[in-house]
Amino acid sequence: MSLPRFRTERRELNAPLLRFLAPLLSVLVALFVAGFLLLAAGVDPAAAYLEIFRESVGSIYGLSETLVKATPLIFAGLGVSLAFRMQIWNIGAEGQIYIGAMAASGVALFSGIENHLLMLTCMLVAAFICGGLWAGVAGLLRVRWQVNEVIVTLLMNYIAILWTDYLLFGAWKDPKGFNFPLSAQFSDAARLGDYFNTRLHSGFFLALFCALLLYLLMERTVWGFEIKAIGSNPQAAQYAGMKTGPAIVLVLFLSGALAALAGFSEVAGLQHRLIHGISPGYGYTAIIIAWLARRSALGVVVVSFLMGILLVGGDSLQLTWQLPIAFIYAFQGLILFFLLAADFFLQYRIRRVAGGDA
Amino acid sequence: MIDILLDATVRAGTPILFATLGALISERAGIINLGIEGLMLIGALAGFSAAHGCGSLSVGLLAAFVAAMAAGAIHALICVQLRGNQIVSGLALTMFGIGITALFGRGMVGLTIDGFSRIAIPGLSRLPLVGKAFFDQDALIYLSFLLVAVIWLFFYRTRWGLNLRTAGENPAAADTCGVPVERYRFLAVSVGSGIVGLGGAYLSMAYTPMWIENMSAGRGWIAVALVIFACWSSPRAMLGAYLFGGITALQLRMQAMGTEISAHILQMLPYIGTILVLVVSTLRLQKGAGQQPESLGLPYDREDRK
Repeated sequence: MSLPRFRTERRELNAPLLRFLAPLLSVLVALFVAGFLLLAAGVDPAAAYLEIFRESVGSIYGLSETLVKATPLIFAGLGVSLAFRMQIWNIGAEGQIYIGAMAASGVALFSGIENHLLMLTCMLVAAFICGGLWAGVAGLLRVRWQVNEVIVTLLMNYIAILWTDYLLFGAWKDPKGFNFPLSAQFSDAARLGDYFNTRLHSGFFLALFCALLLYLLMERTVWGFEIKAIGSNPQAAQYAGMKTGPAIVLVLFLSGALAALAGFSEVAGLQHRLIHGISPGYGYTAIIIAWLARRSALGVVVVSFLMGILLVGGDSLQLTWQLPIAFIYAFQGLILFFLLAADFFLQYRIRRVAGGDA
Repeated sequence: MIDILLDATVRAGTPILFATLGALISERAGIINLGIEGLMLIGALAGFSAAHGCGSLSVGLLAAFVAAMAAGAIHALICVQLRGNQIVSGLALTMFGIGITALFGRGMVGLTIDGFSRIAIPGLSRLPLVGKAFFDQDALIYLSFLLVAVIWLFFYRTRWGLNLRTAGENPAAADTCGVPVERYRFLAVSVGSGIVGLGGAYLSMAYTPMWIENMSAGRGWIAVALVIFACWSSPRAMLGAYLFGGITALQLRMQAMGTEISAHILQMLPYIGTILVLVVSTLRLQKGAGQQPESLGLPYDREDRK
């Protein structure tokens, strides 16, 4: 028997350009494959893609909508990528967004502060701290008892979402809201400003500022160096005298706090009230963003913009083709599959071995 | 009253049981599968639409198994042959499952089928308390009992089972003994995924007999946590799944009786319970009550063998 056999071999390839092109390539291949899925579901992929493009970046208004969608994604993506840096998996950004939205709304609805700046600062701080503590629980469990943080952060999403609904269907329900699960509208003091007669609000610039801050923190400070060192080799970091335990808790705190800012920015900048389903899965999309961005803070901004295009386009497809918005998840799943496959070919080559045992 | 609650417990626990068993097989071979949630949905939709289209429940069941197995094979390929990150690939599988079932399930919303009906086992079904819960159930529940036993026997009484466990504990040693590690791991993930699909099929073909978008509602994640509670053993997986079936049944019962407590708070119980159980079982593991497969989550590359 001399069937051709194949063997994989590690290769020494140091091509940073390829490493950053691979995500782009994965998006393209995923677009191609998703086209067949659309075709099977009775939708013309070319028309659908053209519509996504036109609706999201084809006009000034479309562009502004894309930035509006990108805003929560940047916050949450930064949070998830910070944890990834340390090989900590924060799958709970979705729940942290809800916690942030709840905390900010609580302040907006019940504090009675009239000063604009003070009100917004209090809302932001409340979201930041509550989101941080929420995620910090998973960090403490992980450090204290090695409880798997993937499962804990994920399950806490369900709890956070149910908690929001508990308030919205109960104590926080707007008496003038025709029984819809909405809170009362915020006062003007609790609203972020918007620009150019679009829905683009200052939350977007806050997100960009956070990205810059995180970038500087990771690349220019000792703390950032420690995080990266612990992430790449926890044992070596420990020998070097770094305290991994407190670092893990702190990183999960910050990760949750950043994601919670997405909740703050959504209620203060966009909805001006707390609504049922305040995040339609931004926290899950954030995981994809963090992975595609190779955990770099500036990469998160770029990928969030791309995902914003997809979400705006997805909304429009939902209207014109009755496509369920959850279809976007299938697409995101495909992107990840292809990126994982691409990473393999960056690391290995496949060689054909002449018959016999490999 | 107790027999009714017990019956509801078994019915609510069965989808989680299938899912936990499937996840457990995969983890025994060393591969974490976080795609359980998506696989359940794929099984649920494939089973329901095949049963609806062909008018046959067995065809539906087969379709659920095959569809989830095929989706699981993607995860297997990425984790085993391509040595990709198992956590990311599993999350991708869950997202893919949620998305693709939403897309292809559009036409199935609102349709109904005649789901699996109860088959009483003569004699046993008359037993007090446990009779109705364990011996007057549908065929899928009996199948889950059978699977628990078969999986245990497979792991501890067959050579293949031993090989599979070794591939998860120490793949390099297995490889040295001539065990085709990659093949075992690939098959474990794929077949395990198929079994998860049966859990989804239970939801759409017996529990609620219809298709609802995202109907697994976090059960897949509960199953992932239960694998740890179960210490990677199938009889303990049964215990865990019924524990959660019990919480769900109790919670539904309280809602039906019109309690003062908000439905939203009651619905949190299974998730809070899972976190508590996860903490307790992690602590137990550290005290030496069983051990996770030693190479869980680590890709195996023959070139790295020492």
